[in-house]
Amino acid sequence: MSKFLKSLIVFSALGFAVPAMAGDGEKFGLGRTATPEEVAAWDIDVRPDGLGLPEGHGTVAEGEVLFTDNCAACHGDFGEGVGRWPVLAGGQGTLKDDRPEKTVGSYWPYLSTVYDYVRRAMPFGNARSMTNDEIYALTAYILYLNDIVTDEDFELSKENFTSIHLPNEANFIEDGRAEEPFNETKAEPCMSNCKDSAVEITMRARILDVTPGRADDEGAGAGSVD
Amino acid sequence: MTETSKPAPGMNRRGFLKAGLAAGGAAAFGGAAGAAESDPLITQVQDWNRYLGAGVQAAPYGVPSAHEAHVVRRDVEWLTASTESSVNFTPLHALDGIITPNGLCFERHHGGVADIAPADHRLMINGLVDKPLVFTMADLMRFPRENRVYFLECAANSGMEWRGAQLNGCQYTHGMVHCVMYTGVSLKTLLNEARIKTNGKWVLAEGADAAAMTRSIPMEKALDDCIVAFKMNGEALRPEQGYPLRLCVPGWEGNMWVKWLRRLEVGDEPWQQREETSKYTDLLANGKARRFTWVMDPKSVITSPSPQMPITHGKGPLVISGLAWSGNGRIKRVDVSIDGGRNWTTARIDGPSLPKALHRFYLDIDWDGSDLLLQSRALDEHGFYQPTKNALRAERGENSIYHNNSIQTWHVKEDGRVENVEVS
Repeated sequence: MSKFLKSLIVFSALGFAVPAMAGDGEKFGLGRTATPEEVAAWDIDVRPDGLGLPEGHGTVAEGEVLFTDNCAACHGDFGEGVGRWPVLAGGQGTLKDDRPEKTVGSYWPYLSTVYDYVRRAMPFGNARSMTNDEIYALTAYILYLNDIVTDEDFELSKENFTSIHLPNEANFIEDGRAEEPFNETKAEPCMSNCKDSAVEITMRARILDVTPGRADDEGAGAGSVD
Repeated sequence: MTETSKPAPGMNRRGFLKAGLAAGGAAAFGGAAGAAESDPLITQVQDWNRYLGAGVQAAPYGVPSAHEAHVVRRDVEWLTASTESSVNFTPLHALDGIITPNGLCFERHHGGVADIAPADHRLMINGLVDKPLVFTMADLMRFPRENRVYFLECAANSGMEWRGAQLNGCQYTHGMVHCVMYTGVSLKTLLNEARIKTNGKWVLAEGADAAAMTRSIPMEKALDDCIVAFKMNGEALRPEQGYPLRLCVPGWEGNMWVKWLRRLEVGDEPWQQREETSKYTDLLANGKARRFTWVMDPKSVITSPSPQMPITHGKGPLVISGLAWSGNGRIKRVDVSIDGGRNWTTARIDGPSLPKALHRFYLDIDWDGSDLLLQSRALDEHGFYQPTKNALRAERGENSIYHNNSIQTWHVKEDGRVENVEVS
């Protein structure tokens, strides 16, 4: 018998309990119950079916004032975006273009995401500073900027929120990578004489070199990490 | 080396001059088995050999040698509107092995780096659970721990190369990846503690930062291999990596690895948050967009030689070194081509081969000094391999931003300089 087991037996005989080993699904009794106030303070997420929407309402006209004061510095007066800050409006019909413009109106599938995101993260650098009514008003104004509502008196509220659908909702599809030819076949890749003719260079980074630190470091490249 | 006056693209002048000097030194003092003049670095007593160096505690938290000052994360200023919602890149070209040093792991923030004292941090579990819970960091330290090595890759890694080669350096083309050992508690253990209701099918992870980052994670994954981690490579998470607590979602896109993790909500449907609808969805040429594209596909890149790591030693023995990884599991094989993909040689994987971790590969060749078109191609244990750039574009177009795992080509020129190119 190992020394370890012997000492365990001795300890047991003396009345020390061997610690229970926690197994799969077993509880540890750690942490404490969250209070309803705590859950309400942090659980502010909103789903497309309206779950999580707070009581409240706001109009396009109210939203325009709030937008000008809190949002336009980055997003532009009409949601057109300043510099590389996100464009919020326009872009409808550009998703197949060479340079698609992905905005709330042209790309986002759900209005709930606008409410949720503005409430949790905007204004940039001063998050959680707006009231629920103000966020309804801002959301209404973003709808107006995208021509999804056209009346400045339109009021968005918890009650009518889920009746509004964004135009691009149907264009979201599930992950189809498994059906792409190179993934579907799982064919053993070619090892020799894989190309008929000599390999030609078709493009060089130096043509539009935007690498940081190069001699002429002024240019901006294409692309985004979003 | 035919030229030493001009820095290679993507390499700073100082680094290039240093590399040139090193090459010159090798040629003058004993390179290539020739009879050589005596090297004054040997024949003359050097300062470091005569005078005492720094004592212990000169650097209570050690820092890299001053000679490695060029090995740092770098950003691409034109890419984003502000540094608080931005990204920088791991200097893959200068690293070896499979573990990324903590201070060099690329950063991606959406609202800056939250500064949270561990005593002030809380983790809440709520939603479709029997008992909503709050844990302190001290509570979390009392659960059984796991140690796991995983890569983390941003879904937008190589996203700037969809339209063609434009950045000279694997730091920029592939540097939104890192690989460290995490220590933490399995997410399953924590969810069990609150007991998930039978209709709980999704978990929302939320950060405590100014972006309150959120992502929906299917319950199957949450109960599989996710970890709530507080250590990386043995020490506390770095602030920029989510100190004091982050989520690890092995093999899945980095955005889901919520940093400064403060809340886990159980629900019956996904929440369709900003980062899983307007972002991190893959727009195809036909105007449709894929969503919930979570897994990171098999991928590889040759880290040396590469634009920031030109060949400075002339022809002869050359170590071609690179990294390969797959969100599906282990890398089974990496093939390397020196002729632009006409012929391939299987490289040697050295070091641990762990699932959903970086793998280090080498191909040791005798370089004849001629032009090379270097490529690497990773094959994972499930039979998935990297497509060519053109094959990927044929399926998805050029506007996907995310999940570009296509084969990279480096053009090695006769003088040892390297450029990012595309080939027929």
